[in-house]
Amino acid sequence: MKIAYYPGCSQEGSALDYGKSTGAVCAAFGFHLEEIPNWTCCGSTPAHALDTELSAALCARNLDLATREKADVVVTPCPSCLNNLRLASHRMENPSFRANVNALLDEPAAEKFPEATSIMQLLGRHLDTETIKARVKKTLNGIKLAAYYGCLMSRPANVMDFGDPENPTLMESLLAACGAEMVDFPLKTACCGAASGIPERKLTAYNSGRILELATTLGVDAIAVACPLCQMNLDLRQKQAAKAEDAFFDMPILYFTQLMGLAMDINPEYLGLEQLCVSPEMLLRKLGMGKGGAA
Amino acid sequence: MMNAVYPGRMQDKDFTRKVEEASGQDISTCYQCGNCTAGCPAGFVYDRQVNQIMRAVQLGLKEQALGSASLWYCLSCSICTMRCPNNIDVAAVMEVLRHMAREEGHVTVPRMDKFWLSFMDTVRAFGRVYEIGTMSLYMLRSLRMNTDLDLAMPALAHRKLPFVPHLSKEGASAVGRIISRYRARQEKQEKRQ
Repeated sequence: MKIAYYPGCSQEGSALDYGKSTGAVCAAFGFHLEEIPNWTCCGSTPAHALDTELSAALCARNLDLATREKADVVVTPCPSCLNNLRLASHRMENPSFRANVNALLDEPAAEKFPEATSIMQLLGRHLDTETIKARVKKTLNGIKLAAYYGCLMSRPANVMDFGDPENPTLMESLLAACGAEMVDFPLKTACCGAASGIPERKLTAYNSGRILELATTLGVDAIAVACPLCQMNLDLRQKQAAKAEDAFFDMPILYFTQLMGLAMDINPEYLGLEQLCVSPEMLLRKLGMGKGGAA
Repeated sequence: MMNAVYPGRMQDKDFTRKVEEASGQDISTCYQCGNCTAGCPAGFVYDRQVNQIMRAVQLGLKEQALGSASLWYCLSCSICTMRCPNNIDVAAVMEVLRHMAREEGHVTVPRMDKFWLSFMDTVRAFGRVYEIGTMSLYMLRSLRMNTDLDLAMPALAHRKLPFVPHLSKEGASAVGRIISRYRARQEKQEKRQ
């Protein structure tokens, strides 16, 4: 299986740690990720807020490159990229839409693209619980986690193919296989406020605040996330959220790949734990990895 | 909150048809259950709730629909779509309205739009997002120079804001060409109107 890797801009910027831990975990399971040469931004929310065809053209360029590399599948860690890539593929099944998008590209895109999927699905679809358990060297036994997917990974349901759009369970399966106790987390697909943190802070502060408050009430050791923007809103903006909720939060926000990496005893250096704003020190101590390991 | 409206006088059925066509949705099936509004994470800053906007579209109240600040605050999380009992893709309707509002010169929350444009400027220049560039352009455009200053220190300390853009030369020029073609097409369409 040839895997074309679409890192997404965040994995080179604000979410270096997500990119690093993704690479480390995939390599440990023997997945060879081949970065799409000269990949470019999918346009994220700003592009589709401007124009649907512009957004699709920015995605199609990358999907077309992957097609030329004869990839069987395109994988990305980022739910926003995933959402845009899948929506673009889906919309381009409509001939008039396709023609309009092609007119924006250097040359018409391939008729059929490889399927775009997430790193989480790549792991979940190709590894069973036993395979993961066999790789776990330092079990996450004794820690309690909330899995938070964010709003884009599972929606729209007909395009994303991620199971129940309001109650996906893939991340729980992966982390439970690593030994963690997963709580039932009703806000798992609620919106964190997305990219409005800059232009309209109260939208992120209120929505992320609700999520942090519920996780705190449930007594989890950390929230496991899969989206670079959710991670930023819950971690870097945690104090803003606390202010909005008139509360105090001390909730580490780790990528699920970082948590899997810890369980597989991958050197914390390769997991980028030092990039977390809220220190995971307590969590690491519970796992017998504290001090010197990270943060 | 909402001024009195006189649907008989203000109906613009052409508007309703255009929204239905562009979004691919049958908006007449909305029966105002309010599920969309109940789940909306941005409703607390909206001037008109999603269900009110859907009603405005049904009635052909173009000014009310396109003039809503809500269109710009929508987070595109699509909870509304997921919970609609009539399978209307409400988020797609909101997006179409946003596009139409821009075309008609109704950008009622300019700072949202300025943020999106700043983001796209860095994508055009570098092929990939450049966070510090986006922030700087946004501050200049919106004249909100103190935006997120409280985050600058932790973001830099945890290496979340690289100073150098992640440049892909070939990619940047390819994206530049896509965006140029897009702008040329938009200008052509504007001239025709």
